[in-house]
Order: sequence, then C-alpha cells, then structure tokens
Amino acid sequence: MSLKSSAWTVAGRTFQSRLFVGTGKFSSPEAMKAALASCGTELVTVALRRADLSGQDDPSADILNYIDPDKYLIIPNTSGAMNAEEAIRLARLGAAAGLPKWVKLEIHPDPRYLLPDPIETLKAAEILVKEGFTVLPYINADPVLAKRLEEVGVATVMPLAAPIGSNRGLETRGQLEIIIEQSNIPVVIDAGLGTPSHAAAAMELGADAVLINTAIAIASDPSRMALAFAMAVEAGRAAYEMGLPPAQHRASATSPLTGFLDT
Amino acid sequence: MSFVGTFNQLDSRQSPLLRRFSSLLEEDQDLELLASQAYGLTRQYYGKTMRLFAPLYLSNECINNCKYCGFSRDNPILRVTLSVDQVETEARYLVEEGFRNILLVAGEHPKFVSEGYMEECIRRIHPFVPSVSLEVGPMETQEYIPLVKSGAEGLVVYQETYDRETYADLHTAGPKKNFDWRLECPERAYAAGFRRIGIGALFGLSEWKRESLALAAHAEYLLKHCWKSSLTISFPRLRPAAGEFEPKVVMSDHDLTRLICAFRVTFPQVGLVLSTREPARLRDGLIPLGITLMSAGSHTEPGGYTGVGKEKLHRTEKGKMVPLIGSEGEYATEQFAISDQRSAGTIVKKLKEMGMDPVWKDWDAALDGV
Repeated sequence: MSLKSSAWTVAGRTFQSRLFVGTGKFSSPEAMKAALASCGTELVTVALRRADLSGQDDPSADILNYIDPDKYLIIPNTSGAMNAEEAIRLARLGAAAGLPKWVKLEIHPDPRYLLPDPIETLKAAEILVKEGFTVLPYINADPVLAKRLEEVGVATVMPLAAPIGSNRGLETRGQLEIIIEQSNIPVVIDAGLGTPSHAAAAMELGADAVLINTAIAIASDPSRMALAFAMAVEAGRAAYEMGLPPAQHRASATSPLTGFLDT
Repeated sequence: MSFVGTFNQLDSRQSPLLRRFSSLLEEDQDLELLASQAYGLTRQYYGKTMRLFAPLYLSNECINNCKYCGFSRDNPILRVTLSVDQVETEARYLVEEGFRNILLVAGEHPKFVSEGYMEECIRRIHPFVPSVSLEVGPMETQEYIPLVKSGAEGLVVYQETYDRETYADLHTAGPKKNFDWRLECPERAYAAGFRRIGIGALFGLSEWKRESLALAAHAEYLLKHCWKSSLTISFPRLRPAAGEFEPKVVMSDHDLTRLICAFRVTFPQVGLVLSTREPARLRDGLIPLGITLMSAGSHTEPGGYTGVGKEKLHRTEKGKMVPLIGSEGEYATEQFAISDQRSAGTIVKKLKEMGMDPVWKDWDAALDGV
C-alpha cells in the first residue's frame, strides 16, 4: 500500500511532489543538490540575485549549474526587490537569461523580517501576468489580498506561516484556513515551517503544497531532513484527502459507556 | 529628531533591549552559553553561508588629523589617488579573485576624492561588480544621491568613538571634528537611497562596554527609523599604523568574542562584519558565532592589489605635497597593517572545510536599476 497522494497542477503543469524546496543557506551546492534529490521535489526556487544573469558563466555565481532543469522546474525568485519596479526588472532578466518564465514574486522592503509588501506585490503581479509570466506571489496570510491576486491571474498564492527562517510553524493558521477555503487556485504555504510536523499540519489544513528552505538547509543532515519533510507532506496530504475527524473538547471512549444497553 | 537626540539621552534612557544587551556584556554571563545562542541564531537566519567582500582603496589623501589613523593629514606618508583606469584595474583583479562585492575606500579630501571622481569610479566598475559600497568622508544627502544613482548600494561610516570627549581629543583638524555631523551620516545615507548601511566603532579608543552600548543604541535607532536598509555592524580593533598611536584601552579576544555574541543575540537578523584586522585563528573561531560578512586577502593602500599608481606617488609634509627623492618607497602607505594575511582562495578553502558555503554574489545590478 502506498501513501502517494494525488497529483496536482499549477498553470497547466502536473506535479507529483507537493514539496517546493528553496536553495539558500546550504553549506555547499553539493549538499543542496543531494537534498533536492533525496526528497523527490519537482519545484525548486532560486534567488535571481545569487545567480549569474549575465550569460558569462560566472564561476562566482554558479548555483544554477547544480540544478538539473530536466529534473526540476526552476522557479526564479525576486528576493532583494523592494518594490514592483525592481521585481519586474529582475523577473524579465531571469527570463532573458533563459530561465523558465515562472516567477516566485517576493517583494520585501524590510530586510529584517522579509515580510512581503502587499501593495507592490499586487502591482507587480498584474504587470507580470500580462507579460505572460506564471506568477507565484509570496504574501502575508491575507485572505483579501489572496483573492485580489487570484483576480489578476496569478497561478498560486504563497502565504506565509511565520516570518522567513523563523521556524515558528503555523502562526497564521486562522487566516490560512480562510485563504484555503476561498481559493480557486493552489495555495502553497511558504515560510516559517520549521519541522516536518509543521509541514504535515499545513497539508492537513488543505494546502496544496508547502515550500521549505531553512529547516532543510541548516539541518545536520539536509538530505535526511528533506526526506523527512517529504514524508510529512505526503502524510498530511493523505490525511486531508481522507478527511480528518473533527476535534472534540471531551473524551470519547472507544468502548461506548452505554454499550451494555444493547447486549 | 535624529539619533543625536536619542544618543544624548542614552545615560538616562535605555530601552529594555539595550538593558538586556548591556547585561550580556557582563562577566557573570556565561560566555559559552552566549556563544551557543549566537551560533544557533546565526545558523537560523544566515544558514551555513558566509558572504565575502574586498576593500579597494582609491586614495590615501586626507585633510583630517585623526591621531590613530595612518592616513592622518600630518603623517609624512607616501600617498596617491588612483585614476579611474587604475581603479578599474584593481577592481578587475578582485573580480578575477572571485569577489562580486567591493567596498571602495578613500580618505577625506575634496580635491582628490570629489563626488565627481567617486561617481566616475562607481560607473566604471559597476557593470562588472554587482555590489559596490563606499567608505568615504561623510557627505550631504544631496551629494550622496548621484552616487546611489551611479550604482553604489551600500555606505559604511564608523563613528570611531561614541565618547564625545575622546572624539574631540583624537580629531584635531578637518571636517571630521564635527561629532554630530558624523553621527547623523547613516540617516543622510538612507535618505539618499543607500540600501545597505554599515556602522561601527573603532575599539581601542575608549572603554569598550560603553562604546558597545552606544553602538547598539545606534543600531536599534537605525532599525526603527531606516527600516528599509540592511544594517551591518563592524567591530574593528585598532591596529598598528603610521603615527604610532597606542590604543588607550585594550579589548581582549574574550571581550571581542563576547561582544559579537551579544550583538548576534540582541539583533539576530543584522549583518556582522569581520575584517582582516583580526588574526586568522581568531577569525576562524568567530566565523560560526555570528559573523556574516568577511573580507579576505585585503590591502589597505591604494594600488595594493596590482601595484598601479606608482607614477603619482608622493610624500606629504603637514599636508604639503613633496615629490619623492630617490628610492623613498615603491608603494603608497597602508591605512593599517592587516593581520589575517591569507589569500581569498585560502579563506574559501577554510570556509568549505568548516562546512560553510562562501557566497561571492548576493546582489544583482538589476536591483539598482542602473
């Protein structure tokens, strides 16, 4: 028996894995490559600012050389952009450099908590969608913003569970539930998931996928941790698809207390 | 109100964050425990990575007299200002070494190091250096704007000492005498659009715990008021330099380690910088405890990497240019003697051995829109 959950699609492309993996913070490109391979991910995000966009095969910015584009869909992200203009410029440069015309739209003016700017994100999303990009915007867990982005034609929304790198888990749970309930496009929970149990809980909520980076990259054994996350994602999704029993405040005995009446 | 107002009230008003920071500097706080917290937070926020940069000295001309600095106006040293072509030669050398993040450094001298000259240098190297930062004499916001538009992304300005009396005693001539003007410099830089702002104190000039508290207060203020900038903090300790200035106070390796850990624990997401001023063994030990940005294979004299600029080399006596007589020297005088003399390649190898990924490029010129 396999736990394998159902395939899903983003912008017409079908995926088996529901685990996105980010590529920052690893101890080496080799460690990153091994972690990607171990967890069966099919979607990998890469910061454009760390990549070589000049086409000169820059040895000081060779991260893309370690990610096989035949195995993974490489989704460039715009981290570092502080406004719509910068994010759009980066996305265009990534596409011009031959990367897929997909973009994880990240606009965070505050370099400390890296919280996304909703106004600039909506502005940039609208323009990039019109230019033919498949846009996956990173947003705060704001249900109204998620709907506004859906209306302009983004492919998914990627609301945060907690600030990037914080490993604090589903701090925005209530808002995420509303986003998932209302969304007509895939919801990928991004940022703040620090343990496999966080990822499983996110999937049990009904998220279509999760994105993990820090928790895998800084683990003592990133490959095993990546696999642990993959298993948790599968478990969480399978449980969601089967339907979870509602939580109750009182204990319910497995042997009914009034069973004697029927004997 | 600028930071000057907050700074002036620092003795009577300290936030809970600053009080906690101060307590971490006390000897009764277990250093090993502090180091373990710092290690964990650095891993969490920066992962197993280390960003690398190199300083590129443009000029060692200076109109200031600062008793501790090798470039001090009255020091009879060998000076030069590189031409823009020579700056390009030096930058290309550093790019060949792997660097994509270069800090342009110059003494303060409006005649040699004008805004126009700075602008030209930035424009020349930015097409092949994604990240260019500056460490030059403080300017007005309006003077900074063209430098930002040319592609400069970061500005570094150390207060040197946050002790007003010591500051007045050490800075005897030149515009640098104005303590408040310098203290407000990071805010002017932010207003001009610099995205990365570096602050620091030069340890060895005044009592270190007091300096540290003021530096932390400065960081706390900038994080609230200049919230869009990436802040970095440096902890340079005084090194031997022309002028033979002796440190007034000694900050031990233990003190420096405690300070770096205290900054990491207090400001988990802020970049902490360590230069080649510190010896190799200490640098290696401090790497996992909070440092996120380090220089490697550095030279602190103009032309130091490739030997350019020799033809214009001259000596100054009390600020007056004197041509060289015979073989007085071949190279411009360095600002200070570096301690960790390992090459960039050796440091990269060391980082890899320690399980750290050396990050050369962490910025793309597309973000600057130049």
